[in-house]
Amino acid sequence: MMEITEGSHAVAEAVRLSRPQVVSAYPITPQTHIVEALADFVANGTLDAEYLTVDSELSALSACVGASAAGSRTYSATTSQGLMLMAEVVFNAAGMRLPIVMSIANRALGAPLSIWNDMQDSIAMRDSGWLQFYAEDNQEATDLHFLAYKVAEDATIQLPAFVCFDGFILSHTYEPIDMLTQEQVDQYLPAYNPAEKLDAKDPMSFGMYATPDYYMEFRYEMDEAQKRAKDVIAKYGKEFGTLFGRDYSALVEGYQLADAETAIIAMGSICGTVKDAIDEMRAAGKKVGLLKIRVFRPFPYEEIKKALAHVQRIAVLDKNISLGAKGGATAIEVRDAMYGSTIPVKGYVLGLGGRDIRKKDIKEIVSLCENGAGDQFYGLRKELI
Amino acid sequence: MSYDDWFRKDRLPHIFCAGCGNGTIINCTLAAIDQMNWKKEETIFVSGIGCSSRAPGYILTDSLHTTHGRAIAFATGVKMAKPDFNVVVFTGDGDMAAIGGNHFIHACRRNIDMTVVCMNNQIYGMTGGQGSPTTPKGCLSSTTPYGCAETPFDLCELATAAGANFVARWTSYHVKELEKSVKAGLETPGFSFIEVLTQCPTAFGRRNKFRQVIDHVEFLKSHSLLKAKRDRLVEKHEHVPEDMFVVGELTRRNRPALGVKP
Repeated sequence: MMEITEGSHAVAEAVRLSRPQVVSAYPITPQTHIVEALADFVANGTLDAEYLTVDSELSALSACVGASAAGSRTYSATTSQGLMLMAEVVFNAAGMRLPIVMSIANRALGAPLSIWNDMQDSIAMRDSGWLQFYAEDNQEATDLHFLAYKVAEDATIQLPAFVCFDGFILSHTYEPIDMLTQEQVDQYLPAYNPAEKLDAKDPMSFGMYATPDYYMEFRYEMDEAQKRAKDVIAKYGKEFGTLFGRDYSALVEGYQLADAETAIIAMGSICGTVKDAIDEMRAAGKKVGLLKIRVFRPFPYEEIKKALAHVQRIAVLDKNISLGAKGGATAIEVRDAMYGSTIPVKGYVLGLGGRDIRKKDIKEIVSLCENGAGDQFYGLRKELI
Repeated sequence: MSYDDWFRKDRLPHIFCAGCGNGTIINCTLAAIDQMNWKKEETIFVSGIGCSSRAPGYILTDSLHTTHGRAIAFATGVKMAKPDFNVVVFTGDGDMAAIGGNHFIHACRRNIDMTVVCMNNQIYGMTGGQGSPTTPKGCLSSTTPYGCAETPFDLCELATAAGANFVARWTSYHVKELEKSVKAGLETPGFSFIEVLTQCPTAFGRRNKFRQVIDHVEFLKSHSLLKAKRDRLVEKHEHVPEDMFVVGELTRRNRPALGVKP
């Protein structure tokens, strides 16, 4: 059923429909509307779950780890500094193979303090073992939660998942959403029934001490699960499409790419702006296309190489920066994906701390890329440097 | 009354909502500091995250605006590196009692020489009114839509139990008393903690039947029980009303302290 709703509230509704048994979260802008709505659902009895008003993000995710280990479907949401405070438990949750789903309303990291959007927070957690989904709009942000639970809880995966959507740009924006019904979600997402959980009748331990004789294999198994997740995402993304008409089987998604000479790679809400800019550039005779990355972990190396084999140049937009490395995280990974190809890959770090990105900026970046200029910050205020 | 020399006037207008009590508390703190004859270049304000933590941004000294809950931990570093400096922390109930609770009790335990002023509005004001560890039972917040079911902290008892040398509680109504207590806190070697119950009309008042700012201030005034009066009631084995909170200087002692000016 179509409804016009705020991004955060759409995500909260998706979470409600996913029937988590324990929700644990701490207020932080711009994520707060999600957990406020969930607190309301629990208080009003429309969501049969425990809602914990914990004392910090560290406690929020720790409680999720405990609840998930006990066999519950669990949920949390955070952003920015909150995710940084959780960092220790972020790695632990993945290491314990607990399929927690957490929404990240992407926001910049301090210092200096910023409440505005970029993707530095979730990107900083890219090595943690969590699956990472990125939404372009609120429909996708909503749907990806169902997919995230389905993939994370699959017996062959058992990894936690971030569903990332841009803070304020999506979280506070009202858009028409085609919300699934409870019957539809129940049909797609069965109750969580883990093979292994804390059970006094069959005692087991999570997160035990692993000596050097044992530790590496745990990491290896997590990495293998990440690799397996590609096929599992394809399977369940296709199933979602068959049932509800929106296919999320692809880790990357092309727009006007078939005959493109310049390909832009981007993630998140900026893709909408890029598509509009492409339409205008196409009307002016420029062959530009977009490859949207929906799944950043596992990273779609082969999919990118295949999708961009025919283009003349690639411009990668990054709303994050790996300081001291060669630009943003996506550009670094795309260069690796394109290794061995002669197609030039140029990275552009932009939109940090909420700096606006307009259609004319996308066109400017395409011009820069055509002229071989790249691997740079875009949109700096020279007078401040 | 204002202390123009201490204000960064170029930062005005401030971000506090109309009717917020934070300005009163900042003013009382600066009034106390003014009486100490401290030099601005030897005074550092430290804060974390939240409405309270905006305070140092409006004060013309060096300051650290740090991460959520960590103000006291950052301030500990400042004080250990610069024991000659006067260190004052502005914090709030969410910042200090929830996410930063551990730093608070350990700073009390170490009894490190600093003064912490906690603006306790009993809610997360900046993020829009979620329940905090000092939200009173039954009060409404955006995460407790039918009333908070958990028991709140008594921050002053916590500070006393953990070892602070000086502990006092006032409200945004008690401006003269607050000023005196802050000054006493600044003078006391070791950890000084001053809790100030204050109104937050935007996030707390409008949810909890305080239609006007003055209604909440009146409530704080009428529900304050002076420590001396409470002690008399206890001594005479008379009933101490449960819906009142004790105000006044609650603890003053001379435990060994850390980081005291040589």
